[in-house]
Amino acid sequence: MAAVTTPDLERQAERAESRRGFLLGLPSIIYLLVFFVIPLGVVIAYSFATRTRTGRTELNNWNLEAYRRLSEEVVRAVAFRSLWFAILTTVICLALAYPLAYFISTRRPTTRNLMLVGIMIPFWSNFLIRTYAWRLLLDSDGLFTQMASGMGLGDGRILFTSKAVILGLVYGYLPFMVLPLYASIERIDWSLVEGARDLYASGWESFRRVVWPLSRPGVIAGSILVFVPSFGAFVTPAILGGNKKGLMGSYIVDQFMDARNGPLGASLSVVVLAVMLIGTLVYFRQGGRNL
Amino acid sequence: MRETTIAVELQGVTKRFGDVVAVDDIDLTVADGEFFSLLGPSGCGKTTTLRMIAGLELPSQGSLSIHGEEMGLRPPNKRPVNTVFQSYALFPHMDVRTNIGFGLEMRKVDKDERSDLIDWAVSLVEMDGMEQRKPNQLSGGQQQRVALARALVNRPEVLLLDEPLGALDLKLRQQMQTELKNLQREVGITFIYVTHDQEEAVTMSDRIGVMHEGRLLQIDTPEAIYERPITRFVADFIGRTNFLEATVASGDEVVLTNGDRLRVPTSHPEGTAIAVTVRPERLTVHGRGQAPEGSHRLDGVVDSAVYLGNAVTYSVSVDWMHLEIRCPASLAGDRRSPGDDVTLSFDPDHTSVVIG
Repeated sequence: MAAVTTPDLERQAERAESRRGFLLGLPSIIYLLVFFVIPLGVVIAYSFATRTRTGRTELNNWNLEAYRRLSEEVVRAVAFRSLWFAILTTVICLALAYPLAYFISTRRPTTRNLMLVGIMIPFWSNFLIRTYAWRLLLDSDGLFTQMASGMGLGDGRILFTSKAVILGLVYGYLPFMVLPLYASIERIDWSLVEGARDLYASGWESFRRVVWPLSRPGVIAGSILVFVPSFGAFVTPAILGGNKKGLMGSYIVDQFMDARNGPLGASLSVVVLAVMLIGTLVYFRQGGRNL
Repeated sequence: MRETTIAVELQGVTKRFGDVVAVDDIDLTVADGEFFSLLGPSGCGKTTTLRMIAGLELPSQGSLSIHGEEMGLRPPNKRPVNTVFQSYALFPHMDVRTNIGFGLEMRKVDKDERSDLIDWAVSLVEMDGMEQRKPNQLSGGQQQRVALARALVNRPEVLLLDEPLGALDLKLRQQMQTELKNLQREVGITFIYVTHDQEEAVTMSDRIGVMHEGRLLQIDTPEAIYERPITRFVADFIGRTNFLEATVASGDEVVLTNGDRLRVPTSHPEGTAIAVTVRPERLTVHGRGQAPEGSHRLDGVVDSAVYLGNAVTYSVSVDWMHLEIRCPASLAGDRRSPGDDVTLSFDPDHTSVVIG
C-alpha cells in the first residue's frame, strides 16, 4: 500500500500508541486495583452495612445507621477536635515554614541544597521512632520539660496534652510545608520584586502584592500536604496525646478493634476521605492552575 | 523646555561586586528632557549604572543626584524614576490594567484619577481593548508596550529603559524605535536608555555615552560619536571603520606606517602612537592614478568586491594593510574586480585620531 496518510491510518496509529501506554501502566494498575480500589470499595460497602449484636458486620442489610451515628455528640466532638487540630497544625506550619522557605530560596545554590538536605534528614528514620523520641524529650525529666520550666513556662509538662499532640504534628509535617513553599518561592522571578519596588512599593507591599500571590501554589500545596495527614493522624495523638482525647484516626481504629463497630469505623473513614478529597480538589482548582 | 536643568548627575560613581569593578569612577550629566543612551557591549557596566540610578543597586562610592537631590541610600520606591526592565517584569497574576495602575495604587492616587491616568497610558501605547488580558496572553511587542505604559503612567521625572527592545524581532524593533522617540518628545520626560545596539542608540538619542569595561569612554551626540570618535574602541564599536596606524609628528601632522604625512590636528604630544580612523564610506576608489588632487591618496589592489544591493564593499590591500571601502552601487557599472589596480582617496577632514 502506498504510504499516504489518511484519517483512518492516523486513528489507527493513535490507538496503537494508547494501547502501548496502557500496557506500560498495567502492572501498577493491577496493583492499585487489588490493594487500593477494592479495599476502598469494601470500606464504602461496610459503611452501609449492619453491626450485629456480637460485633460482626453483616453485609446483607444495607442502611444508613452508621452515617446517622455521625451526628452523635461524641463523634462530632472527635471530628471537630480533629478538624481544629489539623487547622492549627497547618497554620503553625505555614507561619514557621514561610520565613524559612523564603530564607532558603534567597541563599546561594550550594547553601540552599545543604539546607534542603537538612530538612529532609528526619525522613531517613522512622516516623514512629521519632515520635517516641519526642516522648522522651517531653517526659517529666525530659530535656524539653526541663528547658521549658527553666525558661519559666510553668512546670514545662505538656506530655499527654493537646499541646504535645500539636507539637508532634507540627514537627512531623513541617517539611511537607517547607518543600512546596520553597519550590514556589524559588521560582519567583526577582525582577518582579524589583519592578514592584521601582513602582513605589515598599518592601512589605511588594511582598504582599507580588511574592505572596505568586507563592500561593506552594502555600496551597503545603497546606493540603499538612492538613490532610494531620486530620487523619493516628500515631502522634496515640503516643503524645495519651489517647485521652481521641482524634479521628485513633477513634476509627478504636471502632474496628475495640468497639467492634465496623460500619461506624467505615463511615468515619469515608468522611475523612471526603474531607481530604475536597481539600485536594480545592488545591487543583486554586493552585494547580497557576503551577 | 527646561533644557538647561540637570536631570541626573553622577560624580565619581563606582560599583564593585566583590573584586569585580563593574562601574569604574564615572561622571555623567543628563539634561532634563534629554534622550540619553548608554551604549556598550554586554558586561560593560551600563545596566549596573542604570540600576544605580533606579536604586536597585547602591554605588560603592560616589555621588548620584536626581534633579539636584542626592539619592544616597534612598530605596527605589522613594526615587522619582521608573524603569522599563529588559524582561519587562510584568506581574503575571495581574491584568494589563492592574499592572499599569500598580505604581499609582502604591502612591495612593485616588481611584478616579488613577482610572483616568490608566486610560491615558493605555491609549498612549495603543493597548485599548486588551486591558483585561494577563501578560501571558500578550505578544512580546504588546508586553513591551504595557511595561512602557506602566512606567510612564507615573509621570516619572526620569524614565530608565534597560534594553527594552532586545526581545523583539528586527522589524518590530525598528518600528518601536520610532515610536519610542516620538513618545519621548510627546511626554517630554528624560529618557536614559541602555542598549548594546549602536544603530538603536544612534537613531534615537540626543546624546550617547559609550561604555567599556566599566568606564565611560566618550559622551557626545550620535554624529560626533560616529564622525569624531576619540578612542579606538568607540570607533570600532560604532559602525565599521579602518584604522591607519600612525605616530604624531607635530601638532597638526601625523606620519602613517608607510611614511605618508597626513594633516590632521591632534592634541596628543609628538611621538604618541595613534591611529587615524577612516569610515569605509569616506574612502573613494579610483582607477590607478586617477584620484583628484587635494585629497590623501593610497595605491592598492582590490582583494574582493561584495555587492550589497544598495552598495558595494571592497577590500583593498595597500602595501601594509587591508582597507574596507563602501561605495554606493552605481548603475553605470564602473565596478572594480579583484586584482584591479586602484587608488584610494580620502579627505583628512573626514578622519579622526584615536588612541587606545
